[in-house]
Amino acid sequence: MSNWERFLDTFFNGRVMARYLPDIAYGTLVTIELAALVIISGLAAGLALALVRSLGFRPLNLLIVFVVDLFRALPPLVIIVFIYFGLPAVEVSPSGFISTWLSLALVLMAFSEEIFWAGITSIHKGQWEAARSTGLSYGQTLIHVVLPQAIRLTIPPLTNRTIAITKGTALGTVVAVSEILGMASSAVSNSYNPSPLTLGAIAYLILFLPMVIVGRWLETRMTWKR
Amino acid sequence: MLPRPVVEARGIHKHFGALHVLKGVDLVVAERELVFVIGPSGSGKSTLLRCLNRLEEPAAGSVVIDGVNLLDPRTDINHARQRIGMVFQSFNLYPHMTALGNVTLALRKVAGKPRAEADELGRAALARVGLAERAGHRPGELSGGQQQRVAIARAIALEPRVMLFDEPTSALDPELVGSVLGVMRDLRESGMAMVVVSHEMGFARNAADRVLFMDQGVIVEEGTPAAIFESPAQQRTRAFISQIQRH
Repeated sequence: MSNWERFLDTFFNGRVMARYLPDIAYGTLVTIELAALVIISGLAAGLALALVRSLGFRPLNLLIVFVVDLFRALPPLVIIVFIYFGLPAVEVSPSGFISTWLSLALVLMAFSEEIFWAGITSIHKGQWEAARSTGLSYGQTLIHVVLPQAIRLTIPPLTNRTIAITKGTALGTVVAVSEILGMASSAVSNSYNPSPLTLGAIAYLILFLPMVIVGRWLETRMTWKR
Repeated sequence: MLPRPVVEARGIHKHFGALHVLKGVDLVVAERELVFVIGPSGSGKSTLLRCLNRLEEPAAGSVVIDGVNLLDPRTDINHARQRIGMVFQSFNLYPHMTALGNVTLALRKVAGKPRAEADELGRAALARVGLAERAGHRPGELSGGQQQRVAIARAIALEPRVMLFDEPTSALDPELVGSVLGVMRDLRESGMAMVVVSHEMGFARNAADRVLFMDQGVIVEEGTPAAIFESPAQQRTRAFISQIQRH
């Protein structure tokens, strides 16, 4: 066996790949499900926190900033382990799937809150004043004037951050979530061959490359002349 | 009996931190009257204007616009503001909306007009400022003068009882000033009550009924344009007038 053949046999073993393709496909579905839940709940919670923060109620804002800084500082893996292994001590036993979802959603919430908040505060005061001077309420000004502009500004950093955090679904493997990496690693142990990892990497590319491309497209489409 | 004034502000005080920017200012504007406010920067003239629609909250005093007491906590300020148009130095158009979208937003959301009617009123307002054919343009595609005229259309579409102008031409290139002043002159001829903070002395001479000179938070002197510009009684007014006329 030449080195090249050995390399192919190790990472691109067709027989092993075919054998474990269904497992990886199943893992891909779990990853998609987990990713969709993380993105939807994380961004929604982040936007909600930013909106609450914009009301300018000081004690509440201090709390928001504390929570946001906490989840921005902690490694996502630490949060997953805390929820999965820590919560049972208080008689709550979330599954690995729920632990991973919650952890990543909290982290995305924290980062996206900061991004949404930066977007909202970057809108010039004159926009608020013009809208309020025509009789629009605070909420109407936020919804019709400030948020549409703020969200456009936040799309590029938000897309990057969302992709980075969503890739963290692979951390679920630590708490036995049968997502792509989890399925691939157990296939590696069962087959004594790393080819399933190659399959897994391909699955991640298929999932995340389109997100990167859509992000780039949104970035160019969402700019407008001032 | 005299008709009720459109604007009746009495004893307005305003502080920014330790700074006492308005020290008991009175301003009464009658129907169809154009009142011009001049004064050095920091004199409190813009702040006074912003107290008239409660963009700034006065610390003391009363502001009654068209019979509605703006400082009464029971007053629906959003409803009252429809009757008080405001135009800003930096236009403040919504960049993500077309000219028509800018004009119709409050018509739909505040005045509660259905979209078709709001569009019709919006187009009429844009026609009044000479921009009917620019209805579909975004602010970024318009010149500064056109943007400011859209901003005026946005305010007059709500049929205000008084229009407040806060240095409406200060951010414009000189060749664009004329078009905005032209629209303001038309408004004046239609009988709109107006309060204008500006340095456009030529316009003040031609169009103003009354000129107020403010300095350090008080109205130092007021009178007809001729009286204020030709023979001011106060030393401070004289100094200010001669200074701006030197330019």
